[in-house]
Amino acid sequence: MTHPFKSVPVRSYEITPKDVYLSRRDFMKAASVVGGAALLAACAPSAEEAAQNAAPAPVSGATDELGDAVNTYEDITNYNNYYEFTTDKQGVAGLAQDFNTSPWTLEVSGLVNKPQTFGIEDLTKKFTQEERIYRLRCVEAWSMVIPWTGFTLASLLKEVEPTSDAKYVRFETVYRPEEMPGQKSPFYPWPYQEGLRLDEAMHDLTLLATGLYGEPNVTQNGAPIRLVVPWKYGFKSIKSIVKIELTSEQPETMWETIAPNEYGFYANVNPDVDHPRWSQASERRIGELNRRPTIAFNGYGEQVASLYEDMNLQVNY
Amino acid sequence: MKKFPYTPLQIAIIIYAWSGIVLLIFDLLTGNISPNPIQDLEQRTGRHAITLLVLSLLCTPIHTIFKWSEPLKRRRALGLYALLYATIHVIIYMDLDYGLAWSSIYENILEKPRLIVGAFAFLLMIPLGITSFDIWKKRLGKNWKRLHQLVYLIVPLVVLHYVWSKKGDLLSLQGEVLKPMIYGLIVVIFLIFRIPPIKKAIASFSSRYLSPRKKQDPQPEQS
Repeated sequence: MTHPFKSVPVRSYEITPKDVYLSRRDFMKAASVVGGAALLAACAPSAEEAAQNAAPAPVSGATDELGDAVNTYEDITNYNNYYEFTTDKQGVAGLAQDFNTSPWTLEVSGLVNKPQTFGIEDLTKKFTQEERIYRLRCVEAWSMVIPWTGFTLASLLKEVEPTSDAKYVRFETVYRPEEMPGQKSPFYPWPYQEGLRLDEAMHDLTLLATGLYGEPNVTQNGAPIRLVVPWKYGFKSIKSIVKIELTSEQPETMWETIAPNEYGFYANVNPDVDHPRWSQASERRIGELNRRPTIAFNGYGEQVASLYEDMNLQVNY
Repeated sequence: MKKFPYTPLQIAIIIYAWSGIVLLIFDLLTGNISPNPIQDLEQRTGRHAITLLVLSLLCTPIHTIFKWSEPLKRRRALGLYALLYATIHVIIYMDLDYGLAWSSIYENILEKPRLIVGAFAFLLMIPLGITSFDIWKKRLGKNWKRLHQLVYLIVPLVVLHYVWSKKGDLLSLQGEVLKPMIYGLIVVIFLIFRIPPIKKAIASFSSRYLSPRKKQDPQPEQS
């Protein structure tokens, strides 16, 4: 069977040893210093080119299925929207260092026949781990290509057996303001919550990611377990999940609660539905200087457009 | 001994104003810039422009309260530095960000309320910059002051541009509203200071309690 996206099981010998990996990161840091000077001189992101040569190779190759290079580990782990820590994208990595991901349990409940609470280690053992190279399109009009490791949400949901009343899936991030300083802000309805329609959740593209670049995921990117829904804007891909609940009603999502006219429940990447703040017609791929046109469903239309056949996507944005 | 040509206030303004550009160049050289460098440049120059503009509004209240007249003379420098950073901000947006693709820039500006108010505020700043020199002050006479009171419109527009560029809703106090709210409150307070009865009340209060040396300080020109 050929996949429309890149996907292979990860074998342990393929994973870059940690010491090699870390020394590469040091090299990347040095490269970016040199590159920074070049950036000023030539106004071109030489830092990225230098860093990419040194980056550990993701297991299934260095490009997505469209031929676009994966972003550097450095960029992926130092430019994060994770408001539980801070709204400063470059500040997240530092603040997330002391976030404790062990032990961790994930409760799967609601309209299911077999509600269960899983330890994080059980999940990585029980379900086939594979690497998926996905594009991530942020609603702020920037994007990256990221090599995740994880398993399909569908495989987890099959395990708990949703009942016939289950129509939606609701996700919740951990609430731990003592470790997540951003959660002390009174301006957000914490904890973060997100939702998918059941057919979206069961889609083969929808991933629960536990790893990044062939390594366990890092806290700034939503460790130990996060959702990745590549055809939707990044905010749908909720991080550090502790609860998954099957429901009959469409769940509330945090950003929809804050500004329903800006962040819809579906939030499919769509260059034709404009956001009041950012034009969604184009995006900047991190590591590139020129904007590139945004593709409908973030380039995954062939696989997912059929989910929305009867819907007006201008209304259900 | 020859007198040093700059006052401490002037030196502080020069240091602060140029620190924006100096830090940017330093961060570019040391690689301490975000992986999304163009957006970083846009946001940093924009923030510096807003701060300088808000500081220019602080001069009159300082004079009203402390009867210290030097800040009134520094409004021009603060305003011109703000215009400099706003110009860099706009050039980065049009050139580096949108590659001078005029049709998308045009479309984008007309579609987005935050860009409409930003562009409008920038256009209003240009005549103020041009007429900030003494020769224009003389030539325009009374109209000069009227023209430059446009800053009371420009600053709220710029703050609105900032508020709308953040992911939050200021009316329901949800989302990324803290910093925009602080700027907004400061501007509101600075503008309230200028309402004539309030300004008068503050001036008489402060001359009674805060400025015993009022007598030897002649009342300078105010706006």
